[in-house]
Amino acid sequence: MQFDQVLQYALSGLSTGAIYALIGIGFSIIYNATGIINFAQGEFVMLGGMLTLFFLELLKVPIWGAIPCAIAVSTVAGLLFERLAIRPLRQPTPINLVIITIGGSILIRGLAMLLWGKDTHALPPFSGDEPIAIGGATILPQHLWILGITIVIIAINKFYFYHTISGKAMRACAYNRRAAGLVGIDVRRMVLFSFIISSAMGAVAGIIVAPLTMVAYDMGVMLGLKGFCAAIIGGMSSGIATVVGGLLLGVLESLGAGLISSGYKDAIAFIILLLLLFLRPQGLFGKPESERV
Amino acid sequence: MKKELLKFAAFALLVMLMPLAFKGGYLMNVLVFVGINTMLSIALNLLLGYAGQISLGHAGFFGLGAYLSGILTASYGWNAWLAMPLAAVTVGILAYLIGFPILKLKGHYLAMATLGLGIIIYIVFNETVDLTGGPSGLSGIPNLAIGGLRFDSDVKNYYLVWGFTLATVLFALNLANSRVGRALRAVHDSEVAARVVGVNSRLLKVQIFAVSAIFSSLAGSLYAHTMTFISPASFGFNFSVELLTMVVIGGLGSIYGSFLGAALLTLLPEFLRAAHDYDIIIYGALLMVMVMFMPGGLVRGVPELYRKLIKLKGGADHA
Amino acid sequence: MLEVSGISQVFGGVTALDRVSFGITKGDITGVIGPNGAGKTTLFNIITGIYTQTAGKVRLAGTDVSGLPPERLARLGLVRTFQNIELFSGMTVHENVMVGMHTKSTSGLLACALKMPWCIAEERRIRENSMKWLEFTGISDLAEVTAGNLPFGKGRMLEIARALAVEPQIILMDEPAAGLNNQETLGLSQLIQRIRETGITVVLVEHDMELVMDICDRIVVLNLGKKLAEGTPSEIQDNHEVIAAYLGEDE
Repeated sequence: MQFDQVLQYALSGLSTGAIYALIGIGFSIIYNATGIINFAQGEFVMLGGMLTLFFLELLKVPIWGAIPCAIAVSTVAGLLFERLAIRPLRQPTPINLVIITIGGSILIRGLAMLLWGKDTHALPPFSGDEPIAIGGATILPQHLWILGITIVIIAINKFYFYHTISGKAMRACAYNRRAAGLVGIDVRRMVLFSFIISSAMGAVAGIIVAPLTMVAYDMGVMLGLKGFCAAIIGGMSSGIATVVGGLLLGVLESLGAGLISSGYKDAIAFIILLLLLFLRPQGLFGKPESERV
Repeated sequence: MKKELLKFAAFALLVMLMPLAFKGGYLMNVLVFVGINTMLSIALNLLLGYAGQISLGHAGFFGLGAYLSGILTASYGWNAWLAMPLAAVTVGILAYLIGFPILKLKGHYLAMATLGLGIIIYIVFNETVDLTGGPSGLSGIPNLAIGGLRFDSDVKNYYLVWGFTLATVLFALNLANSRVGRALRAVHDSEVAARVVGVNSRLLKVQIFAVSAIFSSLAGSLYAHTMTFISPASFGFNFSVELLTMVVIGGLGSIYGSFLGAALLTLLPEFLRAAHDYDIIIYGALLMVMVMFMPGGLVRGVPELYRKLIKLKGGADHA
Repeated sequence: MLEVSGISQVFGGVTALDRVSFGITKGDITGVIGPNGAGKTTLFNIITGIYTQTAGKVRLAGTDVSGLPPERLARLGLVRTFQNIELFSGMTVHENVMVGMHTKSTSGLLACALKMPWCIAEERRIRENSMKWLEFTGISDLAEVTAGNLPFGKGRMLEIARALAVEPQIILMDEPAAGLNNQETLGLSQLIQRIRETGITVVLVEHDMELVMDICDRIVVLNLGKKLAEGTPSEIQDNHEVIAAYLGEDE
């Protein structure tokens, strides 16, 4: 096995890992605010990609306009999802919440198929596709875009959660929803916020990954599940631990696909997921005291 | 108790007479699937409706049964009547072993873990091409036969499959109204209270997980031997969701509800031929609507709705 | 009968119980009292296997049962009831008590599903015997009612009936009088005495002083995680430390 080859796999793994991280943080934000694992999280990733394509190709909006439009529409979809499906639920037991988010997920996926068909489409990269050489490996400009945007998003996220009133209120909800309600935080609003933020983040992930992976109505399923895996590695943290989880997963997957077998690439994430849930449900870095399961 | 028996007898009679009504037409083939899906949704319902434990990986157990049966008979020339129980026992042992760590998880985490398990199994079906034929499938699986009677037509398969399905219904009904079934429901309602009066909830959950997997495997074997061809596409995540939809629509914890859900979801696409690709939208919408407006499923929701309507009408008459 | 020795429990640096020891005599009704936050419920949760203690031992009839899960303790004859009654709300009253007989029956999953003859016989026995406990607690007329629809006081009786169906050596009740009206509390007090007469040891955590002083043979007082006093009701009533602890709490 050559060093260059490993470097190549690691590099491309890092950018997919960044995507997983973004999606994983979306999972964590909703989970921390509500205790819900949103099975529809991956669909917002798909919406981001598909909507960008829709604005770009069908409405002929230039790419720098199409992207904000796509994020905006996906976010509205997230908002509607919370308002129309999650909030009115009369018996919000975990099983009902699992079922309703799964229902929402396949409904959104189905509607996307109805609107845009089953074909896979390509989205042009943001700035050319001339490979850049690093050591003995090469990466695409889009990889840099992914890493850059992910860093920016995580920075914004950090700022929001630690330096704004509504971000601090969300953190309070994460620690103790009841106590947060008692000190006057509008918990339901925070729940809505969490859906808005994570659907926006999902959409961004879908947009920046689209030029590499192509877009289709069903692209969200696997990406969503892997994002969840990243979140589990990170112990459902909405910060750096999940980012590390995403990157770790991306690199492991890429190395596994390159060095072992590409067919089992997707299985790697799920084997990691099961092992972690069985052995360290608090995440790779967490202390075992947190009652997550 | 007598009433239960009478209800089952009526149901069995209906099932037996069904082929006369359709005279072996195309619908017979669909009714075979209704039988298989009823078995599957009862299996899932034992876990989800009685024990309160979700699984999004049951298509995997279904597939394992189908592939084990298929491979043993088609590739190794085993007798199907031997392959089927062997597959079921293997799948049962597997589920039992994996049940201990997986059922420690609760709610959302259990859902994700079982989903992951299902996907791993699905990937294995696709990748072990030498054994399973990979994505292009496994063909040449023999029909079941008793002596000279080969189950090779829709009508024969109908009776074969529904024989198993009726046995499953009876098994589930007996279980539900027994010491073990009560303990399961107790765990569902309050696990801590059940443990305090001596129910070993952990072992019980694992046991029912294994039983549920065994029935799924049997349904898989039947599927393989009636279809004679299987491919991984039938055993993916979408089918797990379809099974979940059947159970939820029919009613959690209701055996006949499972039949109703299975029948509805199997027949629906046949009547919605034009909307063939879009049945997934319908599943999604159905799942959401049911959980939001009829969390008890059709078996409880419809009579309730009926009572409300009568009341409404009565009120209007008085006015 | 039941002996706790040196039980300590620390939750994330906070000491909820600090080396608590006492013994409970067979056939007694023992009350565990103390101001709010004294650690009574924590102690109950440890004895009944819901929590595992940081240190100390629990002995039941001489055997060390520390750290055993609740289902094992039930088989050894120790049951409990909960402060916010925990019923099987989707099942009927009768079925609730039938679950209580789980340890007194043996049919396995397969035998049940195949309706083996011995299962049918056992089922009949469960059905009849469980009725006995409904009569004992005076709710047999509600046998076919869904437990979730019961009024609170009846729910409490059902929970006790279900615990008795385990045929325990000892029953621990967590605030059995909480949420009951005077009439119901009176009924409860008589029921507890009738339970003792059948030879079952009773331990209760209770806030209703009148009830405790009335029916308990012995009382253990906890305060701030420590055992403050132990003795007969009249001894406790005269204990200055106990009075101080309660008055201190009353502001």
